[in-house]
Amino acid sequence: MTFAQLPEIAQDVVKQALAAGASDAECTIAEGDEFSANVRMGELETLKEAGSRGAGLRVLIGKRMGASYTSDLSPEGIQQMVRSAIDLAALTSEDPFAGLPETAELGALKGDLQLFSDETAQLPTEQRIDMAKRAEAAALAVDPRITNSEGASFDSSVSGRVFANSRGFLGSYRTSYCSISAVPVATQNGSMERDYWFSVARNYKGLEDAETVGRKAAERAIRRLGAVKVETQRAPVIFEPRIARSLLGNLFEAVDGRAIYRKASFLAGKLGEKIADERITLIDDGTIPGLFGSSPFDDEGVPTRRTPVIERGVLKNYLLNTYTARKLNMKTTGNASRGITGNAGIGHGNFFIEAGERSQEEMIRSVKNGFFVTELIGSGVNIVTGDYSRGAVGMWIRDGEFAFPVSEVTIAGTLQEMLNGIAEIGNDLEFRGSVSAPTIMLGEMTVAGR
Amino acid sequence: MSFSDSFFAAKFGIARRDLEAHLAVALGRGGDYADLYFEYLATSSISIDESIVKSATQGVSLGVGVRVIAGERTGYAYSDDLSPEKIRHAAQVAALIAAGPSKVEQTPLEEGRKRNLYPVLTAPNETAFKERVELAQRADHAARVYDARIFQVQVTYADSLRHVMVATSDGVLNFDRQPLARMSVLALARDGEGVPQQGHSGGGGRYELEYFQKERTPEYFAGEAARQAIVQLDAVDAPAGEQIVVLGPGWPGVLLHEAVGHGLEADFNRKGVSAFSGRIGQQVASPLCTVVDDGTIGGRRGSLNVDDEGNETQRNVLIENGILRGYLQDKLSSRITKAAATGNGRRESYEHIPMPRMTNTFMLAGESDPADIIRSVPRGLYCANFGGGQVDITSGNFVFSASESYLIEDGKLTRPVRNATLIGNGPEAMKYVSMVGNDLKLDEGVGVCGKEGQSVPVGVGIPTVRIDRMTVGGTA
Repeated sequence: MTFAQLPEIAQDVVKQALAAGASDAECTIAEGDEFSANVRMGELETLKEAGSRGAGLRVLIGKRMGASYTSDLSPEGIQQMVRSAIDLAALTSEDPFAGLPETAELGALKGDLQLFSDETAQLPTEQRIDMAKRAEAAALAVDPRITNSEGASFDSSVSGRVFANSRGFLGSYRTSYCSISAVPVATQNGSMERDYWFSVARNYKGLEDAETVGRKAAERAIRRLGAVKVETQRAPVIFEPRIARSLLGNLFEAVDGRAIYRKASFLAGKLGEKIADERITLIDDGTIPGLFGSSPFDDEGVPTRRTPVIERGVLKNYLLNTYTARKLNMKTTGNASRGITGNAGIGHGNFFIEAGERSQEEMIRSVKNGFFVTELIGSGVNIVTGDYSRGAVGMWIRDGEFAFPVSEVTIAGTLQEMLNGIAEIGNDLEFRGSVSAPTIMLGEMTVAGR
Repeated sequence: MSFSDSFFAAKFGIARRDLEAHLAVALGRGGDYADLYFEYLATSSISIDESIVKSATQGVSLGVGVRVIAGERTGYAYSDDLSPEKIRHAAQVAALIAAGPSKVEQTPLEEGRKRNLYPVLTAPNETAFKERVELAQRADHAARVYDARIFQVQVTYADSLRHVMVATSDGVLNFDRQPLARMSVLALARDGEGVPQQGHSGGGGRYELEYFQKERTPEYFAGEAARQAIVQLDAVDAPAGEQIVVLGPGWPGVLLHEAVGHGLEADFNRKGVSAFSGRIGQQVASPLCTVVDDGTIGGRRGSLNVDDEGNETQRNVLIENGILRGYLQDKLSSRITKAAATGNGRRESYEHIPMPRMTNTFMLAGESDPADIIRSVPRGLYCANFGGGQVDITSGNFVFSASESYLIEDGKLTRPVRNATLIGNGPEAMKYVSMVGNDLKLDEGVGVCGKEGQSVPVGVGIPTVRIDRMTVGGTA
């Protein structure tokens, strides 16, 4: 069964569901091939290669919903999936807001979004392994204190998605992805630190070269050696781009339509209000060619679009699918997202903060006593209240320069204060994945240590 | 049960000689070891939101993973089609990791010893869907009537039934049928137009559906979630900096999972990248601490009859009276380091390569009365419940998030405090354990452990414990 045959199967599933009593139905088929090569200390360690495929169905009988999935696309497997979804629809509740998008809302972006290249798929295995080896070798060569490695990897995948519904939508697209990453370990006085670096691209030709990935990872690990805990204090905090992304992850959860209609977000009921410093403009855009968050339509068959979420500090839009839009008496923003089955959740396209004007160096130079954060661990962010408390690693800044590495401390505050306290936005926005941010300088937070 | 009555033989017509033939293909390029992991997974889930059953989903996935080990190298491939041609193709792909003539004698397959830690006649996944929907509805109702300030409730019920079969080139043939069910309740409370607060509770295990009727009812989980949300309405800012911390019994055992457990997984130690590498026999915790990982406790979420490499799970002592005793092994690490199997080779699914993972990780009870432990603290923090945690195994730094905690003032619990992250260093933090309670409790059965992108169900447990020094990430 080839990818080209899947649209017909998806349409057939929808037809079977209607014939079995569904008033509406939608079918998703997803397939993917993955490859991964991991090397460690110069030797190939693992090689993995395989593909799989699955179909999911969601049916509505009036205002009741049922859903099912299968990895068995044989006629019997599909029949069982259809029966299963129909049976479940009898057990769920009437939900006046349930249903597919309006026919007029359905559609796909025209033109080539440049999400797929088959060049990576044709790259010989030896060359892939070689890239991982080169990345690790470059890391190990940076400094004698790089004594060990958790390895380096080359990963790639090719995925396809097909979606059909009973309102006449049929669409499909394929995406490709590849990455190089390295995780070296640095040792000094019996204590170890690791760090990582990576590069991702749709086509291997777009990757940073393997040596650069390895070298950056090693420099980061070295920089962490000898880290200490600082005294508990209030201090300004700078998030480097890799960490600023995690703050966007928190904001995404807070503007997710599901959290909004449940009043389970500190941003519920705040549309049109100023919730952040005016330097902040936060955009969701699923339409940018070649980027990792782009797609021609969302997981309900609605075209993706550009949605300003925060504009110069003012909350402009939530991110919605059809269901949450109806609950809030609004329109979908084309942000439906799901695996192969179930009710659609909310996903983002390319979710990013627009670049500002200051360079990272200028920001560091402006700080007398503060914390430059390079890693955050733990899940201590409460979207309902905005309370924020996470473990942090980074560099301490004294008089505008890195003074020493810091670890085993926490930073704490609230998302509300953090957003309003933003002092600078960097000019270093890069799209490395679907969530992207430049360096962000926050106001003061509580740094807890000794 | 004979092989021919086993799930995969009966349903897919797979014969013993097929398994041996596939293993021979896998070893055809000179690998040292090969295994096949067959998986058939049926899942269901129900979600209730705003008191209506918004979603009900069920489905099936199945496949086989083929692994070949050659020295320290691993080749892996899988297929979601169980036809002999597709399995043979996967075996050929996995075999490519090795280069050379076949050199290993395959041992004839012999079925492993049978035991059943979860004698579940009818798995929750096999019961009428309606019964499960009713359980979830009861939880929603109970959370709402708990207190008028509860204004939002979400209930999720999810179960699965996994059939697995493992066949290895060193002669192991094992089957297992693994039922699992879990209920979760999330409640939001609000005082008038004040800031909402949330509470969360849940549990389950490898039990019959009856567990939720008799042992842990929907009302129990709902009451617990609602209670936590209400408590948070009065919370004050958490303190910042080093404090005396008392962990309550049960789920706070996630401390052990993060501070110790991951760092003792054999893959990290074999490579020398864990803060615990090379420290067997050394003091890594206070002498009051004995920590075990036990995959054999009946019905527990983290328990398995056999691990995902066909080895029986067992009870492994990790730390004994503060001394580091052993690591958690999978096949690859135990082959390379010539260590005995510990039954900790686990994987998320047939699409994943097994790794050393925890099962149920807990600290044995000590002698202190929990009330005395709290009374002994002039000023500190008592943590009754946690969210998740995370660890950097190389530096040993770990965090975990307190979701329900209280100030201790003059030996008494006083005000509830807001969520805060606690941070420590694995080999150091447990040296500050100064009192261990006599009240060991295992968690309710909600744990999911993530490692290198793979999630597996686990359990944790701990008695009440006093830690003399730990950094609390509050703002006050």
